[in-house]
Amino acid sequence: MKEITVEAKRENLGEIFDFVVSALTESGCDKKLIRQCKLCVEEIFLNISSYAYHPETGPATVTVEMANGDKPLRVKICFIDKGKPFDPLSEKNPDIESELDERQIGGLGIFLVRTTMDDVFYEYTDGKNVLTMQKRFV
Amino acid sequence: METRRTEDGTKIILNVTGEIDGTNVGDFESEIKRAVEDSEQLIVDLDGLEYVSSAGLRVFLMAQKQVKQNGHDMVITNVCDDVMDIFKVTGFVKLLNIE
Repeated sequence: MKEITVEAKRENLGEIFDFVVSALTESGCDKKLIRQCKLCVEEIFLNISSYAYHPETGPATVTVEMANGDKPLRVKICFIDKGKPFDPLSEKNPDIESELDERQIGGLGIFLVRTTMDDVFYEYTDGKNVLTMQKRFV
Repeated sequence: METRRTEDGTKIILNVTGEIDGTNVGDFESEIKRAVEDSEQLIVDLDGLEYVSSAGLRVFLMAQKQVKQNGHDMVITNVCDDVMDIFKVTGFVKLLNIE
């Protein structure tokens, strides 16, 4: 398992990308899977940066784990912060059928995480928000 | 992410390549806003764009709303499969004029 802890600030997104991309590349993931993971990592990390410690800031830990050996292969990415309890999965999905004038700007991030990943779950445990996402690949 | 802008009278072609994500979306937003303001017909050529995150989608949506308000046109061309998947799953194929 690989792990990184940074201050939960938007400016650190690039560092998180570098960490995740290199961990997934080392594990032999293809470009498409890496992009899908990046998409989801961005949403969750920016969510933590914006809300977890607002208006202060604090640490965010990201871990990347490959379940090699098992079939199907699985990548598991975990986000941990010590901010206010908040379940991002409780957000309502956007209405993707709405027309241009009614279409709300925003709310797409978590929706994309749900549709891109195979499993996403949240728990608040020991004073920490823990969000885990998994994606199977061949 | 890189953008290249070509002007032909009131028509502008904005070519966007690379990846649009939370680290560079501000640059993309200012480029497309400027192109929307300066054009009557805007072609956003995504040949070479490999990835767009929700931050980028928000910018496409804002641009489309502004274009409509201005009574102008914006056409998105050369969308690769991965980006098209994102446009499809989010319902953006219905909102944007994609060729």
